[in-house]
Amino acid sequence: MRNSTAAPDRVRGRHRTAVRRGAWWQALLLALVTGFAMTGCAASADETKDEIVVAIVSNPQMQDAMELQDEFAKAHPDVNVKFVSLPENEARAKITASVATGGGEFDVVMISNYETPIWAENGWIENLQPYIDKTEGYDDQDFIGSIRNALSYEDDMYSVPFYGESSFLVYNEEMFEKAGVTMPENPTWPEINELAAKLDDPDNGVSGICLRGLAGWGEVMAPLSTVMNTYGGGWFDEDWNPTLTSPETKQAVNEYVNLVREHGQPGAATSGYGDCITRYSQGNAAMWYDATAMVSSIEDPASSTVAGKNGYAPAPVMDTEDAGWLYSWSLAIPSTSDHKDAAWDFVSWMTNKEYIKLVGERFGWERVPPGSRYSTYEVPEYREISQAYAQPTLDAMDGASQESSMTHPVPYEGLQFVAIPEFQDLGTRVGQQISAAVAGQITVDEALEQSQAYAEQVARTYQREEGQ
Amino acid sequence: MSTSTGAARTGRPRKSRAQAPRRSDAWQRRLPLLPALIFTIVATQIPFLITIWYSLRSWNLLNPASDVFVGLSNYIEIFADRTFRQVAMNSVIYTLGCVLIAMVLGILFALLLDRKFLGRGVVRTLLITPFLIMPVAASTLWSVSMFNPTFGLVNWFLGIFGIPAVDWTSSHPVVSILIALVWQWTPFMMLLILAGLQSQPKDVLEAAQMDGASSLQTFFFITLPHLRRYIELSVLLGAIYVVNTFDQIYLMTAGGPGTSSANLPYYIYQRAFLGFDIGQAAAMGVVVVIATIIIANFALRLIFKGFMSTEQN
Amino acid sequence: MSTTVQTQTPSAETSEPPVRRKRKGGGAGSAALTLFTWLLALGFFMPVLWMVLTSFKQEADAASNPPKFFFTPTLDQYKAVFEAGAGGYLWNSVIATVVSTILVILLAIPAAYAVSIRPVEKTKDVLFFFISTKMLPVVAVIMPIYVVAGKLKVLDNIWTLVFLYTAMNLPLAVWMMRSFFQEVPREVLEAAQMDGASLMTTMRVVLIPMVAPGIASTALICVIFAWNEFFFALNLTAADAATVPIMLVSTMTSEGLYLARLSAASVLASLPVVLAGWIAQKQLVRGLSMGAIK
Repeated sequence: MRNSTAAPDRVRGRHRTAVRRGAWWQALLLALVTGFAMTGCAASADETKDEIVVAIVSNPQMQDAMELQDEFAKAHPDVNVKFVSLPENEARAKITASVATGGGEFDVVMISNYETPIWAENGWIENLQPYIDKTEGYDDQDFIGSIRNALSYEDDMYSVPFYGESSFLVYNEEMFEKAGVTMPENPTWPEINELAAKLDDPDNGVSGICLRGLAGWGEVMAPLSTVMNTYGGGWFDEDWNPTLTSPETKQAVNEYVNLVREHGQPGAATSGYGDCITRYSQGNAAMWYDATAMVSSIEDPASSTVAGKNGYAPAPVMDTEDAGWLYSWSLAIPSTSDHKDAAWDFVSWMTNKEYIKLVGERFGWERVPPGSRYSTYEVPEYREISQAYAQPTLDAMDGASQESSMTHPVPYEGLQFVAIPEFQDLGTRVGQQISAAVAGQITVDEALEQSQAYAEQVARTYQREEGQ
Repeated sequence: MSTSTGAARTGRPRKSRAQAPRRSDAWQRRLPLLPALIFTIVATQIPFLITIWYSLRSWNLLNPASDVFVGLSNYIEIFADRTFRQVAMNSVIYTLGCVLIAMVLGILFALLLDRKFLGRGVVRTLLITPFLIMPVAASTLWSVSMFNPTFGLVNWFLGIFGIPAVDWTSSHPVVSILIALVWQWTPFMMLLILAGLQSQPKDVLEAAQMDGASSLQTFFFITLPHLRRYIELSVLLGAIYVVNTFDQIYLMTAGGPGTSSANLPYYIYQRAFLGFDIGQAAAMGVVVVIATIIIANFALRLIFKGFMSTEQN
Repeated sequence: MSTTVQTQTPSAETSEPPVRRKRKGGGAGSAALTLFTWLLALGFFMPVLWMVLTSFKQEADAASNPPKFFFTPTLDQYKAVFEAGAGGYLWNSVIATVVSTILVILLAIPAAYAVSIRPVEKTKDVLFFFISTKMLPVVAVIMPIYVVAGKLKVLDNIWTLVFLYTAMNLPLAVWMMRSFFQEVPREVLEAAQMDGASLMTTMRVVLIPMVAPGIASTALICVIFAWNEFFFALNLTAADAATVPIMLVSTMTSEGLYLARLSAASVLASLPVVLAGWIAQKQLVRGLSMGAIK
């Protein structure tokens, strides 16, 4: 700022020396120096407090955490928390770019069981086990087993779960009664198809089923991959040959796409998890196959018209015993963080048992982050409101393993994703093709052939490695 | 990237100078230019050189081991990518569509404003506002308040005429984005054309009227030819900005459904920040830059000729 | 450029030549045309008006079907926006905009001098170089910039944005300042030099005061573009350096009602540039055409 007043002074002065030739430079320099001085001030102002930057996905449960900041500040007056909260795709883009390039903007990042083992192997995130072990009462054995495994690398946890989920099928009991149909105990996809046909009632704004059609590996590809698995198809076979055009995969994708096109929600190609929440909770769909975490929204009487009217069935199957997925939003600390202890203070606060109690007491028990700890399901208040879905959720999470959900062994980790770095991209591009097929712009066969081509590019790297 | 022509011509402005101080004179002339020139080169050309370097490597951000030199294979993959061609087409549709429609509307608005009437200043102020609204705000305004299928203003308005609700951003994503773009760029065209209209020599118009020419004839035979250079300039400048559209696509459709409404900048962004395929994103960037430079150099020289030729150069 | 007739000065608002007035004598037709113009303008302005209206609503009123035109206005949304920390975003935007604009002007004035009044060789090429950088898709260089900024530890730092916004606006400013310099009569400069004034003195004492309106007009354009910039801010900032456009994006959530609050944030975000543009409409035209239209 100072340079603007300095200039007129020099104009008035009438010296004719070399100094003046440098005036522009001086002004420039001055501006820059003032600038850096100001950043310096800003940086040093909070020297006494550890400031940490937390990047999270702006889902409802995370927003609750932001609202509870005062509680954290009370417990840790020496740590100052700043949040960066973005919608899922944007958050994922920012976090991944930052962690992978060592950008160092964040001290705590929200990631999932897809990223955790890969990033741990790359040395991008801290091993949290030493922190866990020295934190009294944190009790990592309380984390649900399958989730705990999924977030571990070489038996150490590298991220800790905020909530966890598998997938199951929810159905509207009133509509089933009215239509005179019942849900089988362990439904298969053809049975679901039949039910959807009977329940579909477009004139009254009710679709037989709601299924994600929105492009993205975390959107349409999550439920669809579990269908592919249970039909005996999948992404790659044991030798890393892409199997997206195999008869089994084709059958599975056709089943899914036809079901959603014929008896699914209108505009399915742009409909994702969020849209299905709205539709199902407003009574516009009779069934919905999706994440078990849906219960926080559809069973909340404040925002849902169908709360308390729902039945739950396991993920529909075909040739396997189970078909659910496994997913967790978890917190990790990038290795570039300069405030790792403060970061752990925050991470442990947001994932311990007391936090769950805090949410339950402050916002209501249906809003607690589910699927992370066994102890959540032992809290009497939570048991009472979650009668209908607590056991189905735990069962689904326990059953979520490759052994029980796939017909053949695969060379990768993951159920609804392939735990290789390239999958994020591959899954998104294949998702775009499937989404186009759901929209009717291309046929399923066309979508799968283009997808197979994408998968072949990825497979080459791994086949080469195998060959060595 | 700009040193293509003119190198052969020798320093034309020094003609009247004496021989001896020529060299120092040349430096005296260059000196004031250098800070800006160096700054621009550092800020724009060095990153671009790095981009070229990236484009020759197979670097997936998530797989540090993948960072190896692969020559031109990224470029070969681009030309085999159906999606790249499709989003390139979208870029053309957005740019041409927006510029042309905004131009027609801009001329219409400018003509309406080029007469004296009650509240003319207010009307002009209202009309330029869409251009001043922050593009991020305008994008969310259109995607949420205007085009929302259940409580959006557009469907409500159409409903008055009995037109059934349309899910704008998912059923007609390209049209939706185009509408938001045209809304934003029409004022730009209008302002520039209005300046052109007001610069018309009044005596010519008077003479035309004396000769009994109708307003329509005056418009087509006198006004429009006079406006030609203004139209060319506005089209070119508008195109420079619109071709790089990102905000509207990011916020209104995220390029979807699928990639159906993505343009080149958005698709490259997706490849880099969602796909993390830095090598391929960089190669796409290089292809787009080369294409832009070829088209722009051609168009720029052609159109600015009109505005520059009359100067002393 | 010199063939372009000076436009705004006499003809615009006040002294209309009598002949033209005669032409639109037909009262009814003229009134209809005026009405039509007004309706068109209001229709075109409607989305903005709607945004302002929505910002004074409660969320439930904002997301109603059919839309509500009458409601009890409230300032709650504005309060909520400020409580969510709008101040920090605004301050960052102000720094990025003001400092980058000052830098642009400081760099552009001497550069424009060197391509207009005492031109260097290959002036045309220099000018085309500047403008060609304006056409480069930013997305093509974002990755290197991100990686380099990460290495230099200047991610999420407002001065990174200042640097980039300066680079972004500099080409425009050089072109604009050049067009203003070209209007300065040569005789004035020559006279100053005859008096023995050095280059810098001539520039500061004679030239700059003469083109002061041009500087203002250039600054206006730089302010508009820097204030509204989204792409760099999105990719290079996180918490500390986030600017106003980022505030708008983080106001959106995947679920829940946020329309009224988003509208309030949008109004706040747009207000500075809208006001500046309204006040300086004439400078706007010249700036937007990079000085080509006077």
